[in-house]
Amino acid sequence: MTALVTDAVSWAFLASGSFLVVVGALGLIRMPDFYTRLHAAGITDTLGADLILMGLMVQAGFSLVTVKLLLIGAFLFFTSPTSTHAIANAALTAGLNPRIADGAGAGTDSAAPEGDGK
Amino acid sequence: MFAVTMAALLAAMILALGRLYLGPTLYDRVLSANSFGTKTVLLIGVMGFLTGRPDFLDISLLYALLNFIGTIAVLKFFRYRTLGDGVNPDGDGP
Repeated sequence: MTALVTDAVSWAFLASGSFLVVVGALGLIRMPDFYTRLHAAGITDTLGADLILMGLMVQAGFSLVTVKLLLIGAFLFFTSPTSTHAIANAALTAGLNPRIADGAGAGTDSAAPEGDGK
Repeated sequence: MFAVTMAALLAAMILALGRLYLGPTLYDRVLSANSFGTKTVLLIGVMGFLTGRPDFLDISLLYALLNFIGTIAVLKFFRYRTLGDGVNPDGDGP
């Protein structure tokens, strides 16, 4: 009986996690501007990855495998916001301005410089 | 169950590669490469569970860190045009 429950719970976690990963990747394609794509990439990095890892943890039960999954989750928890911040900071200092609603910004991607470090 | 998750992860990776190809600016490409790396971490983890080999998780643990270091190295290179080689001790760019 408990196997059925753990399978159902882990299946629910895995299904929602993979749904969020696909949604994040779809957002990465469809978003108009670089800074909006940061939001889409953030979806997969945070909740998508956590739900999939949670689904695997439920499947693994109390064992060394769960400790490793917790470590992967902890490292992703610390590194993905830092790398997203580093990318956004590098883009802003290189002069890639976000697109303002009334078009007052530096326009869309065409106007962006090709990453010329000053 | 794991196969469904792997199929979704592979589809998401293809979409990330699409953005990597389309990305007009350098930073779109770095962002999609970083996102691709995170999905690889998950793919290796789910692959380990699919084939019943728990040692795959060590590989995905390592790749999670390597992906971060790679992203920061690419950003540093394009910021300073050099990764701080030994000859120029401060290596602070031109």
